[in-house]
Parts: sequence; structure tokens; C-alpha cells
Amino acid sequence: MRICVGLSLLVALPAAAAPPPGASSCAGCHGGGGMPVLAGQPAEAIAGTMLAYKAGRGSPTVMDRIARGFTEEEIRAIAAWVSAPR
Amino acid sequence: MRRRALLGAALLAAPALAQAAPKVVVIGGGFGGATAARALHRLGVAVTLVERDATYLSCPFSNAVIAGLREMEAQRFGYDGLRREGIAVVLQAARTVEARQVVLADGATLPFDRLVMAPGIALRPDAIPGLDTEVMPHAWRAGPQTLLLRRQLEAMEDGGLVVLSAPANPYRCPPGPYERASLIAHHLKTRKPRSKLILLDAKDTFSKQKLFEEAWAALYPGLLEWVPLSSGGKVVEVDAAARVVRTEFGEHQAAVANIIPPQSAGRIAQAAGLTDRSGWCPVDPVSFESRQRAGVHLIGDAIIAGAMPKSAFAANAQARVCAEAVAALLRGEAPAPPKLINTCYSLVEPGYGISIAGVYQPANGLLADVPGAGGVSALGAPAATRAAEAGYAEDWFRTVTADAFG
Ligand SMILES: Cc1cc2nc3c(=O)[nH]c(=O)nc-3n(C[C@H](O)[C@H](O)[C@H](O)COP(=O)(O)OP(=O)(O)OC[C@H]3O[C@@H](n4cnc5c(N)ncnc54)[C@H](O)[C@@H]3O)c2cc1C
Repeated sequence: MRICVGLSLLVALPAAAAPPPGASSCAGCHGGGGMPVLAGQPAEAIAGTMLAYKAGRGSPTVMDRIARGFTEEEIRAIAAWVSAPR
Repeated sequence: MRRRALLGAALLAAPALAQAAPKVVVIGGGFGGATAARALHRLGVAVTLVERDATYLSCPFSNAVIAGLREMEAQRFGYDGLRREGIAVVLQAARTVEARQVVLADGATLPFDRLVMAPGIALRPDAIPGLDTEVMPHAWRAGPQTLLLRRQLEAMEDGGLVVLSAPANPYRCPPGPYERASLIAHHLKTRKPRSKLILLDAKDTFSKQKLFEEAWAALYPGLLEWVPLSSGGKVVEVDAAARVVRTEFGEHQAAVANIIPPQSAGRIAQAAGLTDRSGWCPVDPVSFESRQRAGVHLIGDAIIAGAMPKSAFAANAQARVCAEAVAALLRGEAPAPPKLINTCYSLVEPGYGISIAGVYQPANGLLADVPGAGGVSALGAPAATRAAEAGYAEDWFRTVTADAFG
């Protein structure tokens, strides 16, 4: 009986691909209010831009300060997730 | 392993739940709660949002309303967007939280498997003897207080003294008092140039301090004076009727006084036994589950978030992480350790914006700064950068309000 309850919860809530660490925060700014929309952009381009900012290249106002909080691996995972159209 | 996780979920689930989709109730429809309700709904959870007021008035950009640079209409948001998506919205105050149900003001109950609370802050005007907020508004929750302070400034004669007081940490929106002082100073400079503003502070340092001081020296010399704690900045009592503000070192005769009192987590959090002796709510930094009550999650201004400030940006970011964690727990899985971002813009005059940003991760039971990340805008940056950041502030506001309210 109790195990059944657990199973019914599982069925009721199928797991979608969870965002990698940091990715869900991006929508606070990048959602169509004026800043670049990320969904639908090539993941490679997003990752490349973030990695450049992390390395101190380019002249963003705030994204350099944010990019420095992530490893290259994390940046690539975030880029893949935010670039997916949803 | 997998099997054990399943068993865990089964033990947590109430028998009444059998066959039914898990129910989550969200209390509070501000930046945290509204975002959480939408995120949970997208994750397939049956969610009910409980909110006291039919209209939400945004604090971000309310300093511009006080300074006459913006109208209150632009601060107004509602819950029709959530309803259209299929989220149940109950417009009532939550009175208490019982074992597995929320009790509403009218006595009705809402059962839950997990509860998310984002009740914001409670103000503590009683902490300042003599304070009457109808005479000396705090304007720290957007609404009638915001408009009261604006009217007082509009009615003040040129040459008057505006006294603003900022509380000790922690409180909602660390740079907020300094943005407000800046925009009121802009109002005085352009409309009542013989007037003056004194900013009494219960601290010796504050958020984006060097950037604010750089701007004040350039824009408001002789008009805006900041008095730190060590120079007598702490307000010890006020005489509201006489508009006198007393500090440890002396007193100020104000024409307009804006006293921002100390704060704590919203009252329902206290009533539900979720606050500790600090008046704020300790939570697990991975799941945002209360440390004092299993099955209840908290986000936004009400929580002890470590390095993460009490901001709308933070509440919105925490809401999405919390929604993922709640969904994972309902599936019987352990939530993954998150990273979170915060960015807060402040205006020091129209077209002049500055920012602070941070990246956070769980460490030692709190959210800690990721070393090497974050920080504030550059000192001495050109006007074009300041203008760009003022524009980004507006972009952020449009995006985050659409994200929270649809
Ligand atoms: C002047 C000022 C300027 C600011 N500027 C910025 C800015 O530029 N950027 C930024 O990121 N942040 C800013 N903030 C901070 C921001 O307003 C808060 O951090 C944010 O509102 C916190 O969101 P929250 O969801 O935790 O609480 P709130 O937004 O306060 O939402 C709480 C909600 O819960 C409801 N509620 C409470 N108790 C109950 C109950 N018992 N039953 C039902 N409903 C209940 C309330 O009605 C409210 O709608 C500013 C704040 C101020 C004061």
C-alpha cells in the first residue's frame, strides 16, 4: 500500500530535465524584457560568450562578475540548458 | 538505492494522497511566491497560491514613485495570468499552518503534501519609541505608505530638512535606502534646491557604498549628508507629532521624516514556528526546507540566506530552485545542490544606474558567495556605462515581473 503511494507520486510527476546549477537564475533577466533572449540561440555561442567574459575579454557591465562564479563545465551545461526552446 | 528513495517518499506521503497528484500550497504571491507557483505548475504539480491582496504592488522602482519620477500604476500586478494558466489562486490571508494543512482567515483549510512560504517581511515600528508610521512613513512595503511619503515631499516647502533613517542589517533590499536617498535628493535638487537630506544610518558601511558616495559627491554635494553609526546615525527615538528625530548624538528637526524600522520575517512565519531568535527563518540551502518544520519550504525575504541579500531578484531565483527541489522530493529523489545568482540595480538619478551581483552556493549550511565571483560596477565608469545599467534595471523589471505574474 505505502509503496503504491510512492509509485503513484512518481507517475504523477514525471521528471523533466532539471536545470544544471545556476541555469534557472538566468530567466530573472533573460526572458524577453529587453536583454538578449537565450532560448533558441546556439549553445556554443552562449558558452563562448560566457567563457570570454570569465576570462576578462569583452566589456559587459555585469556578466563578467557572474561568469566568474562558474567553471567551464558548468558554463557549457548552463548554455545547453538555456538555449533549448521552452 | 533507488528503491530506498522510493520508500522514503512513500513514508512521507500521507495515506490520503493515494492515487492523487501531490498537492503543494504556496503562501504569499510576491516575487518569491508567484514565481514558485508558476514554476511548480510547469513541473506538473497541482498548486494553490494563497495571497492576502488582489493587487501586488512592487517595491522595486517604488523609490522612483516617491521621487515623482514614476506613477504607482507601473508598480501594479495581479494574479489573472496565474489563473489563466490553471493555477488556483485563493485571495485570503493564511492564518496558521497546521500539520498538513493551511488554515485560512475564513476558517477554511487547504491540505498540502508540501508547503512553500514566501510571506516577505514584517516591519517593527515598535522598535523605535514614539514612531507613528502615519506621520513618519516607512514606505518599505509598496502601497499607501509610498504615496504618503511622496505627498509629504511634494507638500514640503523649499528649504525643509528631509530625514531618512536606514536600519541595521539584515533588512529588505540592502541598497534600497541609499537609492531612495539619491532619488529624493534628485527631487530636491530639481524642485526644492534650498532643501537638504540627512541620511541617518544604524551601520558604518553599506551596499555599493563607494559607488553611491562617488555619485553623491558629483550630483548632490551639500545637499545629501550621510551620518554613519559611529557619528550618531542610530535613531533612538522620535517625537512624531513634532517631527523630531533623536539619535545617540543629538536631534534633528525634520520637515519630512522617513524612518525605515527594523524588520523580521512575515508574521505567518512567526505564527507557524518557522523563525528563530533572530526573527528570520533558517532553511536548508539546497531544498529551502525549514530547519524547524519538515515539509515546509521558505524563500525570499523571510529566510536566513547567508550571503544572498533580501531582493526580488534573489526571491525569484530561490523560487525556481525551491520548485525543482520540491518536485524532486515529491518524486522521492534528493534535490541536487544548486547555484544561485543575484543582481541588484540602483538608480542614483534618472539615467544613472549602478549594480551589485553575486553567485551563491550551499556551504556550511548557508548560501555562501562563490569565491572570485560577483562585486559591484566599476568606480569612475563613463556616463554611457551608467546609462546602460539604468536601462538594464528597467529590462530586468519588465522581465522579472513577467516571470512572476505572467
Ligand atoms: C524601496 C525598495 C526598493 C527595492 N528595489 C529592489 C530592486 O531594485 N531589486 C530587487 O531585486 N529587489 C528590490 N527590493 C526588494 C524586494 O522588494 C523584495 O526583496 C521582494 O519583494 C521579496 O519578495 P518576497 O516574495 O520574499 O516578499 P514580498 O514581495 O513582500 O511578497 C510577500 C507576499 O506575501 C503576502 N502575504 C504575507 N503574509 C501572508 C499571509 N499570511 N497570507 C497570504 N498572503 C500573505 C503579501 O501580501 C505579499 O504579496 C526593493 C525593496 C524596497 C523596499
